[in-house]
Amino acid sequence: MTTEMTAPDKRPADAPETARGGRIYRPLADIVERDGTVTLLLEMPGVAAPDVEIALENRVLTISGHAGTARPGRLQLVHAEYGEGDYERAFTLSEDIDPDRIAAEMKDGLLRVTLPRAEAAQPKKIAVRSA
Amino acid sequence: MLYPSTFAADPFALMRQMGRDLDSALGPRLGAGTAAFPAINVWQNDEAVAITAELPGIAPSDIDITIKDNVLTLSGERRAPDLGDTAIWHRRDRAYGRFSRAIRLPFPARDDQVEARFINGVLRVVVARPEEDKPRRIEIKAA
Repeated sequence: MTTEMTAPDKRPADAPETARGGRIYRPLADIVERDGTVTLLLEMPGVAAPDVEIALENRVLTISGHAGTARPGRLQLVHAEYGEGDYERAFTLSEDIDPDRIAAEMKDGLLRVTLPRAEAAQPKKIAVRSA
Repeated sequence: MLYPSTFAADPFALMRQMGRDLDSALGPRLGAGTAAFPAINVWQNDEAVAITAELPGIAPSDIDITIKDNVLTLSGERRAPDLGDTAIWHRRDRAYGRFSRAIRLPFPARDDQVEARFINGVLRVVVARPEEDKPRRIEIKAA
């Protein structure tokens, strides 16, 4: 067993074409919850912060990003292991996410979306009385 | 799975296609999932070679690029987010840990001819070809 990491490739989404002509990839995502806040971590290399769009409609959070090309000028592609293209992925949120407090931050191609659970939805403990 | 019988140009195309289908059927344990990280694209012309790699979520200070003769080594570490023991992981697509890849260049390069940039999680390393190694065009003189 080696300690070196291997990673699943980003995969093209089911609808692989855009009007711009590029492919759409499904960004790899981590979802982790801590202290009543759900954090999404999405890998969107090549996407600058202004090119990310996050929309919430009927509990469905849609995240899309338009990637710029990393093509170095005047050079020919001789070996390709990954494709470039836009990103899109949708998540269905549970009812108790507070839509007004959703925040997002883009850094080094990694989008971090924080989804706090609503205060009113924090679990309440119900005491059981013995009859 | 249906295989068309029109592989006139390449008799091995069917075999390769079946191999790919088998890889994807076996899932990430065997096929694409064990691919080396990071995936790279290589760009080239007579004067330079460029290598691009997607390294999202890795700080530039955690990426090491070393070059010796004609081997460029890209290594580093992606640290897992420090969330403590109370965090509950609902989904984990991304991989964390150390990575290293050695890439053979078509010419020996020197340190001062390498330029690396890291923009929005995409690393781009451009290695210029030394002057003495460049192909020279020989003029043919008319008699």
